[in-house]
Amino acid sequence: MKTKFTLLLIVVMVLSSFGGAAIAQAEETVTILYWQASSILNPYLSSGSKDQHASSIVLEPLANVAPDGSIVPLLATEIPTIENGGFAEDLTAITWNIRDDVLWSDGTPLTAEDAVFTWEYCMHPEAGCVQSDEFDGVGSVEATGSHQITITFNAPKPYPYQAFVSHSTPILQKAQFGECLGAQMAACSEQNFGPIGTGPFKVEEFRPNDVVTYVRNDNFRDADMGKPFFDRVIFKGGGDAESAARAVLETGEADYAWNLQISPEVLSRMEEAGNGKFYADFGQAIETIWINGTDPSPDNPNRSVWMEDASNQHPFLSNKAIRQAMSMAIDRNIIAEQLYGQAGKASCNFINGPAANVSPNNTCDQDIDGANAMLDEAGIVDSDGDGIREYMGHPLVVQYQTSTNAVRQNTQALIKQWWSEIGIETELRNLSASVFFGSDPGSPDTLYKFYSDVQMYTTLSFSPDMESALSNTRCGKAPRPDNNWTGSNIIRFCNADYDAALDELSATEGDDARAAVVIRLNDILIQEYALLPLVYRASATPAISNTLGGVVLNPWDVEIWNIEDWYRIDA
Amino acid sequence: MGKYIVQRLLTAIPTILVISFIIFAILELSPSDPTGDLPLTIPPEVRAKIREALGADDPFAVKYVKWLQQFFIAEPLNFLETTTGIVFPGSEDRVRVISWATRGPVMDIIAERLPQTLWVVGSSYILGVLIAIPVGIYSAYRQYSIFDQVGTFLMMVGFSVPTFFTGLMFIIIFSVNLKWFPSVYDTTLVVTDIASLKKQLAQMIMPVTVLTLYTTAQMSRYTRASTLENLQQDFIRTARSKGLTERVVVGRHVVRNSLIPVVTLIALGIPGIFGGALITEQIFRVNGIGQYLIIAIQGGDLPTVQTVTFIFAVLVVLFNIVADVLYGILDPRVTYT
Repeated sequence: MKTKFTLLLIVVMVLSSFGGAAIAQAEETVTILYWQASSILNPYLSSGSKDQHASSIVLEPLANVAPDGSIVPLLATEIPTIENGGFAEDLTAITWNIRDDVLWSDGTPLTAEDAVFTWEYCMHPEAGCVQSDEFDGVGSVEATGSHQITITFNAPKPYPYQAFVSHSTPILQKAQFGECLGAQMAACSEQNFGPIGTGPFKVEEFRPNDVVTYVRNDNFRDADMGKPFFDRVIFKGGGDAESAARAVLETGEADYAWNLQISPEVLSRMEEAGNGKFYADFGQAIETIWINGTDPSPDNPNRSVWMEDASNQHPFLSNKAIRQAMSMAIDRNIIAEQLYGQAGKASCNFINGPAANVSPNNTCDQDIDGANAMLDEAGIVDSDGDGIREYMGHPLVVQYQTSTNAVRQNTQALIKQWWSEIGIETELRNLSASVFFGSDPGSPDTLYKFYSDVQMYTTLSFSPDMESALSNTRCGKAPRPDNNWTGSNIIRFCNADYDAALDELSATEGDDARAAVVIRLNDILIQEYALLPLVYRASATPAISNTLGGVVLNPWDVEIWNIEDWYRIDA
Repeated sequence: MGKYIVQRLLTAIPTILVISFIIFAILELSPSDPTGDLPLTIPPEVRAKIREALGADDPFAVKYVKWLQQFFIAEPLNFLETTTGIVFPGSEDRVRVISWATRGPVMDIIAERLPQTLWVVGSSYILGVLIAIPVGIYSAYRQYSIFDQVGTFLMMVGFSVPTFFTGLMFIIIFSVNLKWFPSVYDTTLVVTDIASLKKQLAQMIMPVTVLTLYTTAQMSRYTRASTLENLQQDFIRTARSKGLTERVVVGRHVVRNSLIPVVTLIALGIPGIFGGALITEQIFRVNGIGQYLIIAIQGGDLPTVQTVTFIFAVLVVLFNIVADVLYGILDPRVTYT
C-alpha cells in the first residue's frame, strides 16, 4: 500500500515537473477556518467578526489592546498619556505620533493624511459607517504634522483610547479610498474587496462569502525580523462550527478554527485525535437574563414603552423580592459546567473583565428554600392553589424569550424548572437570531421591542474600558416608538444613583479610579436585580492545531491580532 | 412548432413578472434585518443609519421598481458591455444589483460561483442519469430478481436518507478515519497539471457521490416504473410474437417508449443543477450558488436572495418549456398547434 502510494507520488511529481508548473516548494501556508464567510474586507462597512477579522490581517490601527487590556502602540510611536504630554490635561485632546518608517503594501509611505481621511470617510453623513460609534465625541481629527494627528473631543474624555485603537478602526489608505466617500461607497467594491494596508499580509484574492488568500507583505515594517513567518494565509469561510472543529482537531486540514460554540463532549471527543486543542479566552462577554422594567402585556396599548413618570411599570417584576427570588433559584454552576464547558464560567457580576473591574461583593449560590421563604414573607403566595404565586392579583407567569440556539434552549429548560420550584411559571419562546437581534422597527420580535417579560442574550465589549457598556442602561435611553425603537437601555432601567455614578465615571481619569466606579455601577445593577448574569463566556473560542505556534488569544481585539508572530512547529 | 415555442415564451413573460413580484413581496414581509447579525455593541442609531445607506427602509414600491430596473436594464447592459466591449451611454451612473453584505454586484458573485456548482452538482447529475437509466431498465426487465430487489432496496435508502446525513457519514468515514479525501473543498485550486487534477477529483468525490446517490435513486425509480408499464403493452407482445429478438424488443420498442417521461423529468431537473444543492454545498464548503443563497438568507441580504431565487424561477419556467417541446419531439403522438 505504502510503496504503491510512494510510486504514485513519484509519478505525479515527475509529471508535474514535465508540465512546467512545478509546485512551489517550501511555501508555508496557514489555513484559518471561519464558519461564517467573510463578505467584505472593509471594517467600516461591516462589523461582523468574520469581516473585521479578515480585514485585520491587512489593515492596522494606531494602537491595539493587548490581552491584559493595556494599550500598546502599533502604527503609533508611543501611547499618548497625560504624563508624556500626548493627552491634554483637560482631557479634550489627544495627539498621536505616527511612525514615519511605515510603508503601505504598495510601497508608498503612511502619513497623517491617511488617518485624517479615515475619520472623514467614516463620518460622512451618507456613509452608513458601522464604526461611527467609535468616533463618538470626536470633534475633529487634524494633521498637525506629516506624521502627527490631533484628535479633539467635544467634551472631556477620560478614556480617549477608542478612535484608531483596536482593529475595528484601522487606518485606510487615502490614495486608494479617496474616491469612495459617502454614496460612492457601493461603487468601490474593488477597494472594499482588496484594501491596501500596512499589515503583515496583503490580499492576493478575495472571493466574497468564500475565501480570502493573502500573501506576505514585503513592505511590512518588521520584515527585517523575518515577519510574518508564513508566506500565505488562507482564510476559508462557510460551513458550520462542528465541521470546522473537525477539520482542525480530527482531519488536520486547517490550523485554526474560529468561534466553536459546540457541546463540550463533542469537543473533547474530537480533541482525543491529538491534532490540536480547544482554547477559551475570557474578556467581557456575559450571558444575561434581562428583566423587562415595563409592562409587556399584549393588551397594553403602550406595550413595553418606558414612561418618564414611571407609570407603565411591570405588574410584578417591578417588585424586587420577586426578581431576587428568580436569581436565587438559578444554579449558575450547573449551566456553566453542563452547557458551556471550558467556554463559560458561572458569574454573579455583569462586568467580568479586565481583572481590576470585577466586583468582589456579590454571591449568587442557588437557594430555592431561601427564595421560597423570602417570597412567603413578602406575602407573595399562591392564594388559589394552582401552584403559581400571585402578586396583587397577578399570577407570576413570565414569558422568557431568546434566540434559537441549542445551548440557550437547554438553559431555558433548566431555568424554567427552577422557577417552577419557587412558584413561577415560565413560557418559553425562541426566535431566529437574525430576527431577534435585528433592529427592524416593524418587527414585534426584536430584543429592542422586548415584548416579553424576560429575555436572554449575551452582551460583549471589546473595549477594555466599560464606560460605554455601562452607560447603555442610563435612564431615558430606552427604545420607544418616538425614537423608532432604537435605544440601548433594553431593560428600561432608571436609577438616580446609577446615573450619578455614570456621570462620575465620565469625569474620572486613571485606571484604578475608574475601576472603582465601574464596580459601584456593576453592584447597583446586580443588587437591584435589574438583570441576572448567568455565565461569563469566553470571547474567543478557537481550536488550534498543535503544529501552529505563536498564537496569543486576545479578548479585547480580534483574536488573530498577532498573526505576524504565528509560526509552524515542525513535528 | 415554432409558433408554439414563441407563444409559450411570450406567455412566460407575465408569469416571470408575477413570480418576481411574489418573491419580492414575501421577502419584504419577512422580518429579517440586514443589521441583525451585527454585534450588539453597534448602537441602534448607527444601525438605523446603515439601513438608510443601504436603502433598506425605502417603501416597498420604490425598492421593487429599483430592483426591476437594475435587473432587467442595468444588468443586461452591463453584460453586453463586458462581453462585446461596446460602451453604452450612461454606463458610469448605472447601478447594478448590489448586495447588502458585500456592497458589490450580486451578478459578479453568481458568475464566480456558478462554475463550482456546475462542476459538482452538474457532474453528479450526469453521473446519476447515466447510472439510473440502465439500472432502472434492467430492474424492470428482470422484475423481482435479486438484482431488482437489491437495487430497489438501495434506491429506497438513497431516496430516503437525507444528504446531510450521508454527507456527514462520508466525512467521518473517508476524511476522519481513512483520511482519503479532504472534508474542506478548496475553491482556490486551479487545475493546471495532473497533480492538481488529482486534487480536484479527490475533493469532488464525496460531494458528487452524495448527490449522485440521490439523483440515481430518484431517476431509476421513474425509469423502472415507466419500463414496467411498457413491458406489459400489447405492442410488445406483438413484437415478441413476430419473432423479434429480445434485444430488439427491449432496445427498440420498450426503452425508447419508456424514456419519454424520463427525458422530461431530466429536463425539469436541470434548473436544480443551477440552484446547487444547498445542503451538500454547505456541508462540504463548496462555494456554489446554493451556499451563497444560504449565506444571503442568514444575513438578511435581500437583493441577493431576491436575485438568486428569481434566477431559479426563470430557469424553472424555461426548462418547463424545454420539457414540453422535447415531449413533442420524442413522442410522435403529441402535436402542437
